[in-house]
Amino acid sequence: MSRRREEATPRPTTDARPAQPEGAWRTFRRGLALSPELRVGLAVTMLLALLATAGRAIVPIAIQRTIDDGLASGAGLDLDAVAVIVLAAFVAVAITALASGAMNYRLAAVVETALSSLRVRAFRHIHDLSMLHQATQQRGGLVSRVTSDIDEISRFMQWAGLNLITSIGQLTVATLVMLFYSWRLTALVLLVFVPFMLGARWFQRRLTVAYLIVREKVGVMLGALAETVVGAPVVRAYGIEERTQARLDERIEEHRRAAVRAGTYSSMFSGTGEVFGALATAAAVVGGVLLGIDDQVTVGTVLAFLFLITLFVDPVLIAAEVINEGQTAVAGWRRVLDILDVEPDVADPGEEGRELPPGPVRIRFEHVSFRYPHPGEVARAASGPVVLDDVEVEIAPRTRVAVVGETGSGKTTFAKLLTRLMDPLEGRVLLDGIPVDEVRFSSLRQRVVMVPQDGALFEGSIADNVRMGREGLTDEDLALACLELGLGDWIDELPDHLDTPVGERGGSLSAGERQLVALARAYVANPDLLVLDEATSAVDPATEVRTQRALAGLTSGRTTVTIAHRMSTAEAADEVLVFDAGRLVQRGHHRDLVAEGGVYGALHDSWTRGVGTRS
Amino acid sequence: MTVTDRPTPRDPSDDGLLRRGLAVIAVALRSAPRPFSVGIGGSLVYATMMVLSSLVLGWITDEVLIPSFAAGEFDRGLLLTAVLLIVGVALFKAIGVVGRRLGAYYAQFSLQSSYRRQVTRRYLELPLSWHRRHPTGELLSNANADVESAFFVAAPLPMAFGATVLLAITAALLIVTDPALAAIGFAVGPLLGFANWFYQRRMRSAATVAQQARADVSEVAHESFDAALVVKTLGREDAEEERFRAVSDDLRDKMIRVGRLRAFFDPVIEALPNVGILLVLLVGAYRVRDGALTPGDLVQFAYLFRLVALPMRVFGWLLGELPRAVVGWDRVSRVLAATDRMTYGDAPGAGQGGAEAAMVEVGFLHPSSERERLDGVAGPMVPAAGDDPANPGPEDHRRGIDSVTFDVAAGRTIALVGATGSGKSTIASLLVRLYDPDHGQVTYDEHALPELARDQLADHVAIVFQEAFLFDDTVRDNITLGAELPHDRVEAAARLAQAHGFITALGAGYDTVVGERGATLSGGQRQRIALARALVRSPRLLVLDDATSAVDPAVESAILRGLADAELPATVIVVAYRQSSIALADEVVFVDEGRVAARGSHGRLLAEVPAYRQLVTAYEEDARERDAAEQAAAEAGPEPDR
Repeated sequence: MSRRREEATPRPTTDARPAQPEGAWRTFRRGLALSPELRVGLAVTMLLALLATAGRAIVPIAIQRTIDDGLASGAGLDLDAVAVIVLAAFVAVAITALASGAMNYRLAAVVETALSSLRVRAFRHIHDLSMLHQATQQRGGLVSRVTSDIDEISRFMQWAGLNLITSIGQLTVATLVMLFYSWRLTALVLLVFVPFMLGARWFQRRLTVAYLIVREKVGVMLGALAETVVGAPVVRAYGIEERTQARLDERIEEHRRAAVRAGTYSSMFSGTGEVFGALATAAAVVGGVLLGIDDQVTVGTVLAFLFLITLFVDPVLIAAEVINEGQTAVAGWRRVLDILDVEPDVADPGEEGRELPPGPVRIRFEHVSFRYPHPGEVARAASGPVVLDDVEVEIAPRTRVAVVGETGSGKTTFAKLLTRLMDPLEGRVLLDGIPVDEVRFSSLRQRVVMVPQDGALFEGSIADNVRMGREGLTDEDLALACLELGLGDWIDELPDHLDTPVGERGGSLSAGERQLVALARAYVANPDLLVLDEATSAVDPATEVRTQRALAGLTSGRTTVTIAHRMSTAEAADEVLVFDAGRLVQRGHHRDLVAEGGVYGALHDSWTRGVGTRS
Repeated sequence: MTVTDRPTPRDPSDDGLLRRGLAVIAVALRSAPRPFSVGIGGSLVYATMMVLSSLVLGWITDEVLIPSFAAGEFDRGLLLTAVLLIVGVALFKAIGVVGRRLGAYYAQFSLQSSYRRQVTRRYLELPLSWHRRHPTGELLSNANADVESAFFVAAPLPMAFGATVLLAITAALLIVTDPALAAIGFAVGPLLGFANWFYQRRMRSAATVAQQARADVSEVAHESFDAALVVKTLGREDAEEERFRAVSDDLRDKMIRVGRLRAFFDPVIEALPNVGILLVLLVGAYRVRDGALTPGDLVQFAYLFRLVALPMRVFGWLLGELPRAVVGWDRVSRVLAATDRMTYGDAPGAGQGGAEAAMVEVGFLHPSSERERLDGVAGPMVPAAGDDPANPGPEDHRRGIDSVTFDVAAGRTIALVGATGSGKSTIASLLVRLYDPDHGQVTYDEHALPELARDQLADHVAIVFQEAFLFDDTVRDNITLGAELPHDRVEAAARLAQAHGFITALGAGYDTVVGERGATLSGGQRQRIALARALVRSPRLLVLDDATSAVDPAVESAILRGLADAELPATVIVVAYRQSSIALADEVVFVDEGRVAARGSHGRLLAEVPAYRQLVTAYEEDARERDAAEQAAAEAGPEPDR
């Protein structure tokens, strides 16, 4: 019997690295477009920034003027001038501090609000992505999109945002004043800085890549970390602590190396900035002397210029440093924006969608085929192994169907297509004659309920989890539902009955008990099409039989599709669909199929043999 | 025994933040001395060069600029010297800054990686009972974000050292020039101290709660993405979004508070030096008028004083990082200090054939679901799905076993049978010492489990869990777990587990990578690999905790028959409820409500114990009933429409 690698999803890949990632400026613009909250109150904030910048520049200039006019000028000490300038400067300092503080205050609220909104949006978008997409990302990477990537942006903005704005402002003011003093010397200084700007671009490109690698390594490290924590029981039981530690150490070390590498570039850049600052100063000295000989400038001007150069160079270095540090924030921002850009391929038709008519659902598969895409491929162009091959079937409403087949036969994919967790590559899936991709999600999720293989529970009580099937149920409703399902005595035996907490991911309950809760949850949802995927396999026979009996009564009047592992399910069904290697090979009632033999006959044989006891 | 250590909750209004911040700095310096030396060295060079460049400019002004302008001509040699001086000093300054920053980066990331390794080592050492008290998201946040926060403080450290030296040199020069003025100028120092103290107080609790909120966000995201399938199929995207929005908004509010607290701190730190200079100029001007000071001196004074601005900013930066560092370090050191320990002896676990396993009056309740937060405050904190905010947190609820006594002779196979929640899995966990019992004793051969040496149990015992966990690794590595084993053995184990077939059909066979948590395989395939993993080690005690639940019945029966036929020497304990699994056993231990209710062969228990019979034969009874019902219906005529 051929065994295909079915029930399988494409192997998760790390983010594909583009040959040259987009520049910081472009990411910044994209980010701004996506977060209009950042523009709230921008005018006032900018005004404050202007004020703060002006103040920052005024103070040193005032000091210079004091020295120039009040002390060093040929006329000797001019106390009045000094007093006036100093007093004015005091006022300027106060205003600067107030304006800066107010600006920070406003920015804090604006930035964090925008980031929080981005966080929630990314979170929702990730949930909107199809199962296929989610599977191609590493879990750690998805979580980092809404946590550490955004934290990086926050950290950056808190520290650097203000610095960048005021540095640029200071730079502008200094340049203007320099021009005022001597345009020739200014031109000379700017000329010296041209190669620096080119060098800065080179550094920026290197740093962009370096920081991207760092974020990647963080994701890989978080993945290894998650394994260590979540797989703790296995690690303990098999005594592989050493090995696990070694692997984790390796990932941690890789991250460290990447981070240091990025830091090295950053440091080199600072050094380069220092040198160019000196070159500019030297140029000013030489130029000043040459010009001064020709009486083009005064010594006072040159002195002022030397002083102004520091006002010019410092913000350049600070701005450059901020931009460098910003690379890591930009990388994080880019990752978040990239995931927001991914169009969910199984999208909600939304307002334009149709509603499923109420009542038990009729199912039809028209020439449905499915393949998994290879990593990097788009779902529509998938060329992976064939999972479903030209499946054609119609299921009447109210039918209780059991789907059987060996692992790899396509039955789970069948169920996923039925509930539109994925879209077929070819063909159509129709519910009540409506193509399932035209049905609004709100209608679809209400009418069609799937109980997956591992009924994942959320932290909370049993009641909380069951209520997720339908909001607004009273405790009496819940208790009644459990009674109807035959779970009454099990609930009564629990110390807190329905309020029993299930723990993280339902960990306080056994696997069998988790299934029971998941079934109750599906039951209260009252769907018109119930899809059960191997749901009852981990519960002991007594409880399972109770549930089966209850389900039998409840699924009457509903269309039910059960992916079956148990003969009892197949026997109890109105109809059995037999899958083999992606094709639907047999269908009919259990008795008829047993008589037919074939694939079902073989399955039946092995089932009955397995049940027999050895005495 | 497991020694449990619960830390005392920390009072959030604890003073001494500065002291504790300095303690973190001390830890940092001690832990990465070399990079810090380079960083500090570079910083000192930088600082010296800064003063030097100031003096050089003064020299150039006096010796080159003024004379040249006055004379109307310039001395080429002198000009060249000036240029060389400027550039030369700058080169050294550049070397200084590169050294300082490189040192800082090396130090910071060395510290981060070192402490990450330490924290994860702790995680691997701490027993499972500790792990169950801490949610996954928080542990991840701790090893990642908390370590990072703790050592952000490393970045400004070298600069702070240089700044201190700069301050000292400048102070010395200033005092030499005019002590009175210097005193006035330095009056800003105490102001800085006050501003800092005020800031730290307000920041401390704000930073703490913000960090915790960050961990909460991580936890909700983790849980939600793990349950993505369920979220989809229940159409709960909106509800999950609201749940996440709640924690995200909470983090936002706390971060806004932090940002606002910080808002005025930086500007004040920046303004102080300027205030100092202005004061100096004003007072200095008066002193010049009074003849106590020359104008040239005052100019020099002002230039030098400007250099003080940098240290002020750096200290401000450093002090600003302290609250976060202290909070991060607190959380990290709490993990490092956790002393929950399993004690070990030195008895060996090797021996011939299977091991004897026994339990004597063993009781165990699973750790309470009440959480212990890493900042020491007890209690649940995540808004659990569906939680009523007025009624926070799940109640204490513990499951487990009461008093279990039984023993298994070497080489025998017994089945542990019981209803859902009867305690079978608990017994399985205790037999392989995943937890230590609350009371009673579990033995392996003639040793109580705590007497065995550290690796002995893991080497000779294997357990296969209900939920198979696979690593992001090749199939082969998941089976061998890194041990050097010949392929024959690996394949033999895989064949026994009925996994060889599908493994060879995978893209790269045994070398296929299974992906994070084995996502590319089905549940049944994962279980079979986990089973192969257990078998390949030829354990003396094999515990199967419902290890074939997700496997097709046909495959399961093949596995069980294979195991029986292989006649493994191991003692096998099978937690089971299906007759097919029970059939494998020599004997059955029937567990009911946390106690051993009966023991014997399957046949005898069927005959003598009604509860057992009811449990195990329920399926067959049902099948028979259904057959009878259908028979009767067929005789009565065509079935009415349902």
